[in-house]
Amino acid sequence: MVATGALGAVGAAAVAWPFINNLNPAADTLALSTIEVNVTPIAVGQAVTVKWRGKPVFIRHRTEAEIKEAEAVPMSQLPDPETDNKRVTDTAKKVRPEWLIMIGVCTHLGCVPLGNKPGDPKGEFGGWFCPCHGSSYDTSGRIRKGPAPKNLVIPDYLFTSDSLVRIG
Amino acid sequence: MASSHGTPPVFNNKVIAWIDYRLPIFSYIEKEYHTFPTPRNFNYFWNFGAIATVMLVLMIATGIVLATNYTPHVLMAFDSVERIDRDVPQGWLIRDLHMNGASFFFIAVYIHIFRGMYYGSYKAPRELLWILGVVIFLLMMATAFMGYVLPWGQMSFWGATVITNLFSALPVVGESIVTWLWGGFAVDNPTLNRFFALHYLLPFVIVAVVALHVVALHIHGSNNPTGIDPKGPQDTVPFHPYYTMKDGFGVVCFLIVYAVFVFFAPDYMGHPDNYIPANPLVTPAHIVPEWYFLPFYAILRAIPDKLGGVLAMFGAIAVLFILPWLDTSRVRSCTFRPIYKWFMMFLVVDVIVLGICGSKPPEGFWVPLSQLATLYYFAHFLVLLPILGKIERPLPLPPSIADAVLKKKAV
Repeated sequence: MVATGALGAVGAAAVAWPFINNLNPAADTLALSTIEVNVTPIAVGQAVTVKWRGKPVFIRHRTEAEIKEAEAVPMSQLPDPETDNKRVTDTAKKVRPEWLIMIGVCTHLGCVPLGNKPGDPKGEFGGWFCPCHGSSYDTSGRIRKGPAPKNLVIPDYLFTSDSLVRIG
Repeated sequence: MASSHGTPPVFNNKVIAWIDYRLPIFSYIEKEYHTFPTPRNFNYFWNFGAIATVMLVLMIATGIVLATNYTPHVLMAFDSVERIDRDVPQGWLIRDLHMNGASFFFIAVYIHIFRGMYYGSYKAPRELLWILGVVIFLLMMATAFMGYVLPWGQMSFWGATVITNLFSALPVVGESIVTWLWGGFAVDNPTLNRFFALHYLLPFVIVAVVALHVVALHIHGSNNPTGIDPKGPQDTVPFHPYYTMKDGFGVVCFLIVYAVFVFFAPDYMGHPDNYIPANPLVTPAHIVPEWYFLPFYAILRAIPDKLGGVLAMFGAIAVLFILPWLDTSRVRSCTFRPIYKWFMMFLVVDVIVLGICGSKPPEGFWVPLSQLATLYYFAHFLVLLPILGKIERPLPLPPSIADAVLKKKAV
């Protein structure tokens, strides 16, 4: 009885698996997972938005003041403590504090925060502001105020040269 | 009640008799929709079950026609809906019927739920009947949400993004569930495809659960405004012609109001931003769901914590499942509950306040107001209902439905 039941359960799971796995991203969707961006046209203080995996990615060329401000924040003030240094390190462990590359999706419920375009509200902490539910991020993209639980996510990226970055 | 009918009907038509002997559908219709003994004292609140059924059929009929012209692809969906509106013969009418039909289906169901709560229709022996109703409500919400995504406008896209992201708040399984919903890294073409498939499927699941709801209803029969059980033939009338006529009348009145919206204000209940094609890189300044989700959206935003907000929102519906056991009063109808009657009316006001809060940006005065209204919503079910049943002294119940009705007439 037990053996029959166990075998039946294994069989049911084996049949269920393809149906559940079918919901996962398909090969062609996964194939879109890497993009290359030339960052030379982005002047200091500017930011661009590129599309990666259907989501916006923010690439911000930070000013000295913004970098200093981000580095000066004590960890105790952060809901999701993370050093600025760690957030500007590429997959080859090279630190480039002038380039902040993040997925531009609010960690609350997925809206695109404002602050990338000149004239956008940047929120109380000079970084980004999500208009949907009022989360504010600092110049390192870290959550400072509002309902979002996490900092803006840093994707895997690698500077293949000083001007070219590969995201994904 | 259902078992106490008289002898089975005799059919004079030979074909009908032949069929009925082998598959007794005619006996069934005769028993459940003709002679079915129904309390004689229904008020117009008892129309809304029939009205909701009509709306369900109407949504399926218009939906199937729309599906024949709709293209579930991110590059073509928006344009195919515009084509239905502009080029397809009578497409505008079918689409407006479907779009406004969703709203009017929810209007009917919200009134139906209010009726059930005010007159205690969820109490023994109708607990399962009530629970099946809550299941229908949940399925309706899922269906409506996925349907709203299909035109692939800005509100479609961002509504889908926000709602699917709700599941990411769940620990451990959250991220996997979101990926399964999306079929990718964001709301995109695979999401639109699966939502279209499910939006076509779920209404038929609703039909099946409605069938169970009706079967459960016909075991003990309908509740009535007095909340007391019929005690004999003097308390009931046959379903046909009395309630087929009354339901028919109610349905026509309801459809008149519906038609006014379809023909004169088809976009009144929608959001203008949904006529902007979806753009994954720009979030609209103010995302709002359709009006029928606003109270729940307000509860989500009232809690300043992601997981907490999501749990409160789902909890607001989950609490309805255990409503039959939270209410400790032995009297069904609010007519005879002098204190609870007012709290019940206050709950209606509370839900409307939540709805207004849900439509406003989450700032200033609206935040504490939505928190207060959320607090009352849960306190109503979890604190007031259990306690009130113990301390409230109900008014004397009439000896029978017939007594109640005839006394009212005499005065």
